Amino acid sequence: MSLPLAIALQRIEVMVAAILICVAILELVRRRHLMERYALLWLLAGVVVGVLAIWRGLLTTVSGWVGIYYPPAALFAAGFVFVLLMLLHFSIVVSRLSDQNRILAQRVALQQQQLEREGEGAKEQQPSGELAPRQ
Amino acid sequence: MTSTKLAIVPAHNEAEAIASTVAAIARWAPDFDVLVIDDGSTDATAERARATGAEVLRLPFNLGIGGAMQSGYIYASEHGYQVAVQVDGDGQHDPRHIHELLAQLEGTSGLNMVTGSRFLGPQEGGYRSSAVRRVGIRIFSRLLSRITGQPVTDPTSGFRMTDRRGIELFAHDYPRDYPEVEAIVLMHTHRLRSRELPVVMAPRRTGVSTISSTQSVYYMAKVLLAIFVALFRTQPVREAREVSPTSVEQML
Repeated sequence: MSLPLAIALQRIEVMVAAILICVAILELVRRRHLMERYALLWLLAGVVVGVLAIWRGLLTTVSGWVGIYYPPAALFAAGFVFVLLMLLHFSIVVSRLSDQNRILAQRVALQQQQLEREGEGAKEQQPSGELAPRQ
Repeated sequence: MTSTKLAIVPAHNEAEAIASTVAAIARWAPDFDVLVIDDGSTDATAERARATGAEVLRLPFNLGIGGAMQSGYIYASEHGYQVAVQVDGDGQHDPRHIHELLAQLEGTSGLNMVTGSRFLGPQEGGYRSSAVRRVGIRIFSRLLSRITGQPVTDPTSGFRMTDRRGIELFAHDYPRDYPEVEAIVLMHTHRLRSRELPVVMAPRRTGVSTISSTQSVYYMAKVLLAIFVALFRTQPVREAREVSPTSVEQML
């Protein structure tokens, strides 16, 4: 197998991977397993991989701009930064969710107590009969 | 509601101690309504508390002392209480001191919070804690004294009484995991005044402390970060009726 053919095959593989990522993300959104706002970031990642596969010189050019002489290192650096940002994003989301969770738990407890109070009040108002507390 | 004063009793798996704690409050501070916060207990804490005739807030799962206490302050705020005192469900806080705290709070104009300090008076109470915790308490004590400009000898004491403004502030915004230390900073940034009063605390008899020795280091790091961040939070003086970013009312 000649070298150009091997490189071409490699590019096709990467493109297929990028398409699979995008299809998987879209399918998750379709089944409502993933919300659109979180899908966008992952779709962006898939598209970036696809563009890099199609546009041969891009990675080399971009890594040249930022002064990285080994293009794959630029790719790893970019990927790492992307993953870090995603994790930070999720930490923020989890913080917000747990805050909302706390508020809900407090509200549930307060309303349950209020309901029990009102229930007891209604019981006391009932005329004496079978339901009246026996002493 | 029969009173304008409320004792908030946070309890997590304190079925053994809760009834005697509530009874002691009823005996030594009969003018206080009692609200037990059952913080997701797996034992009979809520049932035992109800049997004493106290009001019970039952959290659907464990929120930790901060979230539990805040629900008590929300209750106090919404039911129009003028004074709220925290009395731990494990019997550590002696309700005999409640009226000393109240006299100090009502007798001093402009005072918003009174904290019962283990370290102010004579050291006869037999309260003991691990070395790590003692070091931590000293560090926080120095730090908070420096920040607030007045002596804070017992920064981790939960035995504290607040007035209406304190209740409304804490109903809006109360620290989460280990709230006592941060609450002092919160009071300070909102220009509310607090003071300490010597009390004697019993060593805990039953239940599990909210802070184990191994967690002490995490506790210190977390609270130090919280204090540090709170100092840089450009927080204008927010009056009680305004809405905070994590307000409960926002969600309604």
